Amino acid sequence: MEYFLQQLINGLTLGAIYGLIAIGYTMVYGIIGMINFAHGEIYMLGAFISLIAFLAATTIGGTSVPIALLITLFATMILTSLWGWTVERVAYRPLRGAPRLAPLISAIGVSIVLQNFSQLAQGARVKPLPPVFHGGITLMEGNDFTVSLNWLQMVIMALTLVLMAGFTWVITRTSLGRAQRACEQDMKMASLLGVDVDRIVSATFVMGAMLASVAGLMVTLYYGVIDFYIGFLAGIKAFTAAVLGGIGSLPGAMLGGLLIGLIEAFWSGYFSIEYKDVATFGVLVMVLLFRPTGLLGRPDVEKI
Amino acid sequence: MLPAALRDAVLAGLVASALALPMLGFRLVDSATGLTLAGRFDLVAWAAGIVFCGRLVIRLLPPLPGLPALPAGTKNLRLGAGWILAVIALVLPFLPFADRNLVDKATLVLIYVMLGWGLNIVVGLAGLLDLGFVAFYAVGAYSYALLSQTFGLSFWICLPLAGMLSAGFGLALGFPVLRLRGDYLAIVTLGFGEIIRVILQNWQDVTGGPMGISGIERPSLFGLSFKAVAPEGHQTFADFFGLDYSADHRVIFLYFLILALALATNLFTLRIRRLPVGRAWEALREDEIACRSLGINPTAVKLSAFALGAMFAGFAGSFFATRQGFISPESFTFIESAVILAIVVLGGMGSQIGIVLAAVLLVGLPEWFRELQQYRMLAFGGAMVLIMLWKPSGLLSHREPTIRLGDPR
Amino acid sequence: MSLPLLDVEHVTMRFGGLFAVNDLSFSARSGEITAVIGPNGAGKTTLFNCITGFYKPQVGRMALRHPALDHLGGELLLERLDDHAINRRARVARTFQNIRLFAKMSVLENLIVAQHTALMAASAFSLAGLLGLRRYRDAERAAVARARHWLDRVALTGHADTAAGSLPYGHQRRLEIARAMCTDPLLLCLDEPAAGLNPRESAELNRLLRSIRDQDGIGLLLIEHDMSVVMEISDQVVVLDYGRKIAEGSPAEVKRDPTVIRAYLGEPEDADLPPELTGGPSC
Repeated sequence: MEYFLQQLINGLTLGAIYGLIAIGYTMVYGIIGMINFAHGEIYMLGAFISLIAFLAATTIGGTSVPIALLITLFATMILTSLWGWTVERVAYRPLRGAPRLAPLISAIGVSIVLQNFSQLAQGARVKPLPPVFHGGITLMEGNDFTVSLNWLQMVIMALTLVLMAGFTWVITRTSLGRAQRACEQDMKMASLLGVDVDRIVSATFVMGAMLASVAGLMVTLYYGVIDFYIGFLAGIKAFTAAVLGGIGSLPGAMLGGLLIGLIEAFWSGYFSIEYKDVATFGVLVMVLLFRPTGLLGRPDVEKI
Repeated sequence: MLPAALRDAVLAGLVASALALPMLGFRLVDSATGLTLAGRFDLVAWAAGIVFCGRLVIRLLPPLPGLPALPAGTKNLRLGAGWILAVIALVLPFLPFADRNLVDKATLVLIYVMLGWGLNIVVGLAGLLDLGFVAFYAVGAYSYALLSQTFGLSFWICLPLAGMLSAGFGLALGFPVLRLRGDYLAIVTLGFGEIIRVILQNWQDVTGGPMGISGIERPSLFGLSFKAVAPEGHQTFADFFGLDYSADHRVIFLYFLILALALATNLFTLRIRRLPVGRAWEALREDEIACRSLGINPTAVKLSAFALGAMFAGFAGSFFATRQGFISPESFTFIESAVILAIVVLGGMGSQIGIVLAAVLLVGLPEWFRELQQYRMLAFGGAMVLIMLWKPSGLLSHREPTIRLGDPR
Repeated sequence: MSLPLLDVEHVTMRFGGLFAVNDLSFSARSGEITAVIGPNGAGKTTLFNCITGFYKPQVGRMALRHPALDHLGGELLLERLDDHAINRRARVARTFQNIRLFAKMSVLENLIVAQHTALMAASAFSLAGLLGLRRYRDAERAAVARARHWLDRVALTGHADTAAGSLPYGHQRRLEIARAMCTDPLLLCLDEPAAGLNPRESAELNRLLRSIRDQDGIGLLLIEHDMSVVMEISDQVVVLDYGRKIAEGSPAEVKRDPTVIRAYLGEPEDADLPPELTGGPSC
């Protein structure tokens, strides 16, 4: 029971991170119908930028960790979203209206470029960061196992909740969000009605990159090691989460992320850590077979 | 014109410096006290300057002309180009400047040409987005390695078996998932590719885990071995033809072997495109609902494409195993799938010659820059983006009908 | 009078709470053109999708009877067949409201693909073709001859080798009909074949549909908005409104039916017949 609870906490933390990345996939897919393969690399860049920003902030700004973290958070979000914006502007926008696979290949190219760029710029070795947060609370003490929730896990979950709330607010209440929803329904019509589609698509990439960068920051703090290769697997997992939740659906992305996190945590905890990815994809296939549009995706009535 | 261009370029330069500031401006350094930062802001200035100039040039120069469109009725031209390429491929090892290195690289390119032609059946003709093609390549390679090591079977017996096994995997995967719509199929195939790799990595007893399998049997030519000393009861190639032993013989033999396999794939595809199954693949790519209304069973048609594509990947995988003599999961990562897919899409989705061009461009060209290791992959990714931006529907996207009304029959 | 070719009995198709087709019964005969008309959203296309297997109705039976199906028991229940089996086994062909051609393939290829079933059988699932056997080459020659026949009938022979997607709209409509006919159907379902055609093309279409009825002797089921087409060529008209059948009969009968007029115009008293119901010129 204690062990179960601990895995639950670990899974939810991991799931929150996947969910944040998954939102970027699902939003872009919803609006321009493309798999943004480079999104995982944006997350990786976010992790690097956050690490650099954190070190810079502590070197310059002294010792107050919370303030340094706040600076890091904002610097990371801004700088990473600029990367997201640039990628869209350079590699995807010219391909709007091109055959369906062209942007996908372009995205794979971007992904390769960003990965190797990071490797060249920062070296191939893993970058360790000593734990920033110490301590936590003990939830339960069993005979031989203690369930604990550390501060960082709480911060991650709280920050995810705040971001989700803010994000939902943007999508449902602001004019930007309304325009985004309009583009999702019918881009051509939206543009005829005066929505600046290019600007909306850019904004979508920026928002997706922001969330991914926060995920990058969280991973840097939570695991304490990053390298140039982390974007690939996290990207695939997050995309899987988006599909699992129903691609195009924002709550679906978060739900999918949490599920993937939980599956991984429990599978690693109870079965074998080596085959956790197999379990993840296995669950994805099973879900798609029985609900081909994902858990929260709108069932898609065939238009004939 | 100029002021606008200048403003644009300044803006681009500013963006570039902001992008470069964290990633290039600082370097993470491992030191005794933990991670520290080292500044190198000159790189940021360089990046900003290069982007500024580049943007300015792009703005001021007229747009890049596209390739001249091939005139209509270029069937003969294309056929001619195909024959010329085939002849070049045939005589390549005997050209004066062809050394072992060149033949080796040409062999590698041909592996990708064959893989591209195999994936073309799935993606280019049937329109099924497969992001895990490398899985079938891996199945082929491991099938050969295991069959040959466990049962001592020869390459020529294992080759068809490996192809069949791969096709079987294609059927087994395809049967449940081919009902899914395009992008869902993409993620499931991607997942399948990863699953195969994870299994290869972890099923130590059978696959050797991350260490892979080494000492894989090399192929023989009708029982003639390419070793320096023939095994019991066999003759070496060199002895049989009265030549001095040279390691080059095997390299050249392997080259012709993959050339034959690739050409067989090509002939098969050219032929099947003109048959009901092949036409149904293309029809399915164009409109699945219309196909269903015409009595075509989409699942069966998709499965056939999936299985056949997998089969050719299996053949290529066997060849890869026998050529390297060593295989490990590292050779079968997602990036391989991405490269093969890029070859098909850059080639022009369905164009056989386009795939050859794309393979030479994406696999052959970078081979010459091996010394530049990391920059090589950077340039590779950049090239993928640039070619797509330049020719979004691929290098050769013209489609020739498979049958004409006036054709003699 | 012969037995009906198609018997639709009590078919109901619901989407959530919406009854797109509600307890609908009618029949269609070989050698006749049966038109299904009704205001927008009356459930006409849904009905077609049920008959051609793309939707499975919750209630009802759709029986197809024809001497040519005797080896299959003479009667096939369409609701029990998969969509692709409906064309292959029951020999029902259809066209689509938003034309669905194989755009990048040539006109001739479109017509050859339509003969997939026959060619697959002749080529032993393409194996015989792969080996270049005589049997397949003969079958392909026959397929081309059949395609040629239909190209001539829809006057597209000169365009045989162009990509279907690059044809003008009216040509595409005719090609879609030719493609459906190449499957050798017993029943041909046409979903608004005259939509978007100019008067001259519309008249050509009428001639084509009549020739299919008279020369090929098959049954035609037609959804149409263009009343001039309906009134001119159909032998029987079924009128739907909100998924229910509100009238049935010859064009002349239907034209006079007050329920029909009400469905189209709202209130009966101030209803002068619209020109399209009297068969006058329409847009």
